Amino acid sequence: MAFIFTEDQEQFRDSVSRFLKDKSSTVDVRRLMATAQGFDPKVWQQLSQQLGMTGVHMPEELGGAGFGPVEMAIVCEEMGKSLYCGPYFASAVCAANALRLAGDELQQETLLPEIISGEKIACLAVTEDRGMWTDEVFSTTATFSSKAKRTDNGHLLNGRKRFVVDACNADTLIVVANDDQGIGFFVVDATAQGVSITALDSMDPTRKLADVQFTDSPAQRLNNSKPEQLRLLVDIASTALANEMVGGAQTLLDSALSYTQLRFQFGRSIASFQAIKHRLADLLLELELAKSAAYQAAQTLADSALWSANGQIAHGDKVTEHASLAKAAASEVYLHAALECIQMHGGIGFTWENDTHLWFKRAKSSEVFLGTPAEHRERMLTALCAQSTDLRNSA
Amino acid sequence: MQSQQPQSTQEITQHVHQWLSENWDPEADLVQWRTLLAESGWGAAHWPEDYFGKGLSVEVSAAIEDVFAEFGAVGTAQTGVRMLAAATLLEHGNHEQKRQYLRRILTGEDHWCQLFSEPGSGSDLAGATTRADLDGDEYIINGQKVWNTSAHHAHYGLLIARTDWDEAKHKGLSYFILDMHQPGVEVRQLSQMNGHASFNEVFFTDARIPRENLISTAGNGWQVAMTTLAHERRSFDRSRENKKVKQKGRIFVELKKELDISNEPYTWYPQRAGRVDLVMQRAEETGAINDPVQRQEIARLHILSESAKWTAQRAKAAQKAGKPQGPEGSLGKLAASEIARLAARVHTNISANDALLTGPTSVHDGVVAEILVSVPAVSIAGGTDEIQRNIVAERVLGLPKEPRFDEGPFRNVQRNSAAKDTSK
Repeated sequence: MAFIFTEDQEQFRDSVSRFLKDKSSTVDVRRLMATAQGFDPKVWQQLSQQLGMTGVHMPEELGGAGFGPVEMAIVCEEMGKSLYCGPYFASAVCAANALRLAGDELQQETLLPEIISGEKIACLAVTEDRGMWTDEVFSTTATFSSKAKRTDNGHLLNGRKRFVVDACNADTLIVVANDDQGIGFFVVDATAQGVSITALDSMDPTRKLADVQFTDSPAQRLNNSKPEQLRLLVDIASTALANEMVGGAQTLLDSALSYTQLRFQFGRSIASFQAIKHRLADLLLELELAKSAAYQAAQTLADSALWSANGQIAHGDKVTEHASLAKAAASEVYLHAALECIQMHGGIGFTWENDTHLWFKRAKSSEVFLGTPAEHRERMLTALCAQSTDLRNSA
Repeated sequence: MQSQQPQSTQEITQHVHQWLSENWDPEADLVQWRTLLAESGWGAAHWPEDYFGKGLSVEVSAAIEDVFAEFGAVGTAQTGVRMLAAATLLEHGNHEQKRQYLRRILTGEDHWCQLFSEPGSGSDLAGATTRADLDGDEYIINGQKVWNTSAHHAHYGLLIARTDWDEAKHKGLSYFILDMHQPGVEVRQLSQMNGHASFNEVFFTDARIPRENLISTAGNGWQVAMTTLAHERRSFDRSRENKKVKQKGRIFVELKKELDISNEPYTWYPQRAGRVDLVMQRAEETGAINDPVQRQEIARLHILSESAKWTAQRAKAAQKAGKPQGPEGSLGKLAASEIARLAARVHTNISANDALLTGPTSVHDGVVAEILVSVPAVSIAGGTDEIQRNIVAERVLGLPKEPRFDEGPFRNVQRNSAAKDTSK
């Protein structure tokens, strides 16, 4: 992006935005969030096959559009704006990228085309009992209680994954587990023996969570699995989520702007009070800063050799620093925007009928998903300090 | 000046290179050299040909400045309020005013100051109550101005004063060039809470301005002031580099003296911005980098300052691509305030007791203490945060304006009771 989107990227954004305006109104969101499945397969098919959103960042030879993280981030931002309900994040962002990083050529050719075309839905299972990202995932020596055992006929997987997004809709699960080589990524068919998926009731019904239990489930190891790919996957997912979050925050700001101008009290629009105006100005500032961070994180990913290489982590690169920076900034502004939007609506903002709570709930679930802002600030600073240590060592 | 065939930028810069190789002399007298520049038009090439320029575009003029820099040649005087005076005169001055003042602005012989803010009108600049009363061929000036950078060096002041009290607030003001060296003008340095004195107060007691020093027409002062302020804002956005003069030669000795004087008010400006650049170093020196609570605050600051940097780059890229300005272009000043405030807090936590020290035993020559006592200025100078938020809310977000209580004849508008009433 180099601080400005190209004409092509703006056009792509427009077409995504028009589609979602049409297919993901708040009426649609309310209808879908009340269902167990939580998405509309017809809309999923259209966005995958007609608009190519699920493969925009995937290689052309596998059926993708051959663009990169910036275009993926554009889709996420627009989906955040309209609170799109569907397995894009789980399947196209998390699982597809995991396969790209850890799968060998044959595995990618076998598994990715159907995920890219949207015919199959995949998800990524990482967190375990406590659902915490810091201890289990951010640590350089992450270990998992989920274990993959090598047998003559491939691997057998045992363990329990928690807070798995869209597991209920998945045909294929990508599971992070320990094996005799350390950490590996494993492909498990959702209908395979010993796989038990239990939906979780969540305060945010627009993002479907599940627990997944594996008992001697047959699993295929992704042959290029490396432990450091987990770090990169968190970077990619955090960058995508940060862009989704700034999109959601923009909708909340727009809603607050429009409502406060319509609402008259004491003979004047409440938007003419400085008590409101100044807070909206501050919110705009915070949002524009977070947008810059989210866009920059996507650009840093795009500029990084990591995107195409198989997760060879170069020391001193800024991918992790920028991804966690964006995740922390976007999490805070999203929640701040949601709280301000409710407050500025007054009593009506606390009702079920008003749409604000839909975004508030997504803001809350996004705040903790992939790690809290405090965890990402720590993760960012660790990456930053590692860069300066690397600089000193190379000097 | 003879009319010229249109030339390419390359031809022009080649010509300037040639001209410099024939005329540039590092042992020359600074004013003499700049007089030659002013007469040649190469010192301010984007100015009109009639007024010491070449009538070229700003882009070509910038390319010419690059040639000067490559050549190591001294250009015309660029620092301080003189450039605001020039921009204002070029837009609103008459022929005689331009011929009289512009050359000595370029040569650096005259220093200028701005006489806008008053004790009773800061954010509400148009509420100025310094009065200018016409008496024959002279205006008689009474009142007080404040926050006048370099007024103690200035030969001339750019003054807004009220000439009509029965007109509405903005329509009763006029804009003048004031000769600072006269008995009715008293300049006092204003000490700040950080111990520096970068500004002055200026008092007028029957000071006099000849009628021909009125810029534009009586009552049009606010329009003219807008031009000055627009240029001030642009120079505020430009980063202030303290250029170090390294070259040898008589002219550079004189140039260094000039820059030392013009940079003097700004030595504390980096501290005012919070010195984010020092944070990691201090955190490592003190061990704060190992404290999880401090790390959270340091990380917050890093996020804020990096995001602000990227936001400024987005605005710049959009401008360069000729796109309409988005919201990202209006937020820099508010972001700078937030960064400075957070930086002061982080520096306090990192340095703790050492943050207080200013003497010989202090860390880094007392810089942390200077940060703490300088940061409060950032959210006031050049438009308070509150005014910035109004501007962002009204112009960017399109929210309704506050109800006004200052319409109708200015004489009847309620004013600061603390300020001396000069309306009678």
